[in-house]
Amino acid sequence: MASITPVLPTEAHRTLEEPRLDARPPKRRRGFSLKDATASTLLWVYALISIAPLVLMVSNSFRTTQEMASNPIGFPIAPTFSSYQKAWVTASFETYFVNSIVVTVASVVLSTVVSLLAAYAFARTKSKLFAAIEALFLSGLMLPVYLAILPLFFLLDSLGMISNLWSLILVYGALGIPFSTFVLASFFRQLPIELDEAARLDGAGSFTTFFRVHLPLVRPAIATVVVFRFVPVWNDFFYPLILIRDQNAYTLPVGITRFFGEYQTDWATLFAGLTLATIPLVVLFLLATKQIVSGLTAGMSK
Amino acid sequence: MSVTNTRRSRHIGITLSKRTGLVFILPALILFTVFVLYPLLTALSYSFFNWTGIVRGDFSVLDNYVTLFTKLPYRDQVPNAFFHNVLLFVGAMVFQNTVGLGLAVLLHRLKRFKRFFQTIFTLPYLVSPLVVGYLWSLMLSPLFGPVNFILKAVGLEQFAQPWLGNPATAIWVVVFVTAWQWVGFPVLLYGAALGGIPQEIEEAASLDGASSWQRFREVTFPLLTPAIGTVSVLTFIGAMEAFAIPYALGGSQGSPAGATDVLSLLFYRTAFESGASNAIGTSSAIATLLFVFIFGVAVFITWFMRKAERKLY
Repeated sequence: MASITPVLPTEAHRTLEEPRLDARPPKRRRGFSLKDATASTLLWVYALISIAPLVLMVSNSFRTTQEMASNPIGFPIAPTFSSYQKAWVTASFETYFVNSIVVTVASVVLSTVVSLLAAYAFARTKSKLFAAIEALFLSGLMLPVYLAILPLFFLLDSLGMISNLWSLILVYGALGIPFSTFVLASFFRQLPIELDEAARLDGAGSFTTFFRVHLPLVRPAIATVVVFRFVPVWNDFFYPLILIRDQNAYTLPVGITRFFGEYQTDWATLFAGLTLATIPLVVLFLLATKQIVSGLTAGMSK
Repeated sequence: MSVTNTRRSRHIGITLSKRTGLVFILPALILFTVFVLYPLLTALSYSFFNWTGIVRGDFSVLDNYVTLFTKLPYRDQVPNAFFHNVLLFVGAMVFQNTVGLGLAVLLHRLKRFKRFFQTIFTLPYLVSPLVVGYLWSLMLSPLFGPVNFILKAVGLEQFAQPWLGNPATAIWVVVFVTAWQWVGFPVLLYGAALGGIPQEIEEAASLDGASSWQRFREVTFPLLTPAIGTVSVLTFIGAMEAFAIPYALGGSQGSPAGATDVLSLLFYRTAFESGASNAIGTSSAIATLLFVFIFGVAVFITWFMRKAERKLY
């Protein structure tokens, strides 16, 4: 396992690094006015500010701490994977990583499934009760629900679920409902009602219509919801900090805080750990740039 | 349940009976009620009681709130943390509406590399705030941090300093790192808003002899109001809820000397680290105040921006 994962960073590293190398050329292009040149210089300068720390994180993870001490910025001339091995095995990143994957995948599946069902009902009914429930869910988008952590802690404690990954899965599953139903319901509403009527004439019941007719049509919305729940759940630090007391059940963010206390001076391992925690997001971003860009701007229509 | 009476309705857009609809909604409703709604309503009630450890005592009306503003250390810590949240909001707003808006305008004119720049600017936004915080703590390390190294290399040695060790600079590091991480969002949002402005409007203004600055100020900027509203609300909520970045940069104590303390950290510390006998009561009072403040101001900004939007058309 240790040999598979460290291969990934090189790829992520290369895609991040490559475009930066030709940072100067645009100036030379013909037919460029002074204004355009200034504009593109500014863009490149900020691109550097934006990406340099991340590039440095990846490139330094392949260097040794001694190399960094003599020169904080530099290329990994003789790249070494030893810091990854150390982070993965000795610093228990393997455990944290697997826990994070389990929690993220399970909770995103949970919130997407229940939200699909609920959103379908919101789009295909008209009654005050359903409108009220939808409004209740939507309010969750604006409320700082994390402040309700104390009763949540006691609730999960009384169920004997503290330090159990299920506690995180259920909590994140519930927290995903407002955003997911919001996006999915607006998608279901765009589907013509004639679809339902046609399905009904063919003898399909409500559930068959939902599974066979509607579900395949809202696939783009499902992709958006999945991507957009994946990121905050993967990154969240607050809930596991409080709900997980056992090291073996730590997710990556809490694992990192522990790890930073223990490996304070071992910079190479610290950088490797940070890179490991970021890889899944970079992969996701490269796979779903379109969904992310369109999803981030979707809030506009609110 | 009285709600399950199935009245066949002929309205457009209805294909589910109430009964079937409820079956569809039930899983989400149960999950939401148990893990969001119930804790939320209970949390609000916690602050009105006197607690001894985890045992709830008498109904204490507003005692816990009085404690926050009259007793040490809360009397000092609450305004201190709140001030830092406000700094965070103001700093992030300034950064996003100058650098962020500027980048969006520059990108809007750009024909090539647009997607590439968007990707680069958005990347920090997706990385975990905790990772971002720790990464910058390494970048700014006084020992062999790259930032001080660069400053020395270009002859700005006098600016090289222990950024996070100095109480005067530490909070500005938190503000900068937060703004740095968030800037991709307004770039995308303003970019989308700029793309939505019909070219004819700008052309018409240009024909009327408006300079490019006048065009931006009188035409483009007002049309960005809805986008600015969205950015303001989300920045406000984000700044008030800040937790992971300050935690990574200053620990749960907001070191050095409370210089990076924020309200969520104070809440966390009071509830889980203080060991005070009435920890639950006091921390719940902090949570309730923060809750009401965030929700109240977010609603107010939304309302205010709606009003400003309506003036436009």
